[in-house]
Amino acid sequence: MRIFLQILAALLLVAAASASDIQLLNVSYDATREFYQQYNGAFAKYWKAKTGDNVIVKMSHGGSGKQAQLVAAGLDADVVTLALAYDIDAIAQQTQLLPAAWQKQFPDDSAPYTSTIVFLVRSGNPKNIHDWDDLVKPGVSVVTPNPKTSGGARWAYLAAYAYALEKDGHDDAQARDFMKRLYKNVPVLDSGARGATITFAQHQIGDVLLSWENEAYMAVNNYGHGQFQIITPSFSILAEPTVAVLDKVATKEGKFVVAHAYLSYLYSDEGQELAAKNYYRPRNAKIAAKYSDRFPALKWVTVEGEFGGWERAQDTHFADGGTFDQIYQQ
Amino acid sequence: MSLSRHRKVLPGFRSTLGFTLLYLGLVVLVPLAAAFAKLGGLTWAQFWHAIASPVTLAAYRLSFGASFFAALVNSVFGLLVAWVLVRYQFWGKKLMDALVDLPFALPTAVAGITLATLYAQNGWIGRWLTPFGIKISYTSLGVFVALTFIGLPFVVRTVQPVLEDFDLEIEEAAASLGANRFKTFFRVILPMIFPALLTGFALAFARALGEYGSVVFISSNIPLRTQIVPVLIMSKLEQFDYAGATALAVVMLAISFALLLAINGLQTWSVRHREHH
Repeated sequence: MRIFLQILAALLLVAAASASDIQLLNVSYDATREFYQQYNGAFAKYWKAKTGDNVIVKMSHGGSGKQAQLVAAGLDADVVTLALAYDIDAIAQQTQLLPAAWQKQFPDDSAPYTSTIVFLVRSGNPKNIHDWDDLVKPGVSVVTPNPKTSGGARWAYLAAYAYALEKDGHDDAQARDFMKRLYKNVPVLDSGARGATITFAQHQIGDVLLSWENEAYMAVNNYGHGQFQIITPSFSILAEPTVAVLDKVATKEGKFVVAHAYLSYLYSDEGQELAAKNYYRPRNAKIAAKYSDRFPALKWVTVEGEFGGWERAQDTHFADGGTFDQIYQQ
Repeated sequence: MSLSRHRKVLPGFRSTLGFTLLYLGLVVLVPLAAAFAKLGGLTWAQFWHAIASPVTLAAYRLSFGASFFAALVNSVFGLLVAWVLVRYQFWGKKLMDALVDLPFALPTAVAGITLATLYAQNGWIGRWLTPFGIKISYTSLGVFVALTFIGLPFVVRTVQPVLEDFDLEIEEAAASLGANRFKTFFRVILPMIFPALLTGFALAFARALGEYGSVVFISSNIPLRTQIVPVLIMSKLEQFDYAGATALAVVMLAISFALLLAINGLQTWSVRHREHH
């Protein structure tokens, strides 16, 4: 009987505690695991101090396109933090969960941190890889995921394409030829960024991995120092992973305010600092300056500037029959 | 005699058939109908374009080809395994018997990652093959290896019970009538177990066609070369091309169904054929 009462008391305690608990579901992509793990703790502390409520943020990670598709199909996410604006656009188009102009919700086009595409090579750089031209040489093996399914791979594809355009005076035919030579050197097309990292780092496939900058640092740190090194090319793309509150879901469950605060806090000093610690380039100039040693300056283009936005880039390059399909069809 | 009115274990034909239809409907037909319904958004031209592009055709070829050969290899070696498990007593037999089911139980992703690591150029097995220029991980050969792995239990488990029921006297009779081992096997044993072997083949084949989890890890997933249909379908889904993905799925379904029907027909034929002799 006493045990029964104790259990009952414990259950009541749990029930009482969960009364002021708020749960958020953040649907994110592959390469943010470590960052959001730390950020969620920091935000929970901040929110507890501010309002007294406990926030528990649950995460879901996977290829960015697949994650967007899950949300569009009805996964009750409160916020999405995906690899590219196009994936959130797709959610907005297919559902009424968030407004079409969702990118105006937060500063900097709702991209609180940025990244870029860099090269990860084996220690000592045995194939002497320094820039994009070295990737298309015969005998160099390049690992990058399938741009049709991986957000990171789409950034990498566009970075290479932009480089080819820049180099050859914006000649599309030459750029396509460059891409063909590049993908001829790709032995495995994984479906997501994390899979490609594992192929390269654990299965020892390839001489160079085209990778998110933060994912490259993760590999360098996780797989033991001295196994890999990062090569920052002279030219790349400014990757802007974007975030959004799914208004409809959050409002329905009375979590609108906390969901907004959760994403806004990404722009705070603490959020930006955590982003930088996890090798995302912070928007905040002061914090960026503090971590400048890990983020070398390079020349880059944006998707809007070079490719006229995601919608067009998607149609030209990644849709059925686009430039990516053409690489393999001849 | 009360035998004619003996109580059946299950209630009458009508209610069991009704339940069977309801169950099949809910579990199999409704999801299939939903898949077909998604096709509604496609014109014929779009449908044709989705299923007849070079990338798709190559994927069909690899999916059906690798599944077929994997099922074929499993039919031969699965039969051998079943034979050994039924006919001989040896130490560790129970363990070996349990091992056969492992590919059923193992999450396919685990199988895929494990196989990819084993057969990679620096893997335990792969390193011995590399000097001969044989690459398995990240090639279509790897797809075949993964499909063979997941298909093995189907053949063993369908052939095993038939072999257990098999009368040894028939073999002895064949031998005493002067048939050699070869003849006994092909003229006496094989015809008896052929229907079960076909079922095993069909199950292994069907299972291989639908396999995604393990292949995605061991294949390099390169269009026109090592991409199987399920991976192509996933890639279409991830691009929000639901109709295109459905088109591929429906064609896959239609071909698989036709093949399974044909195999069932062959099986019925072989049973009748045997009875006539």
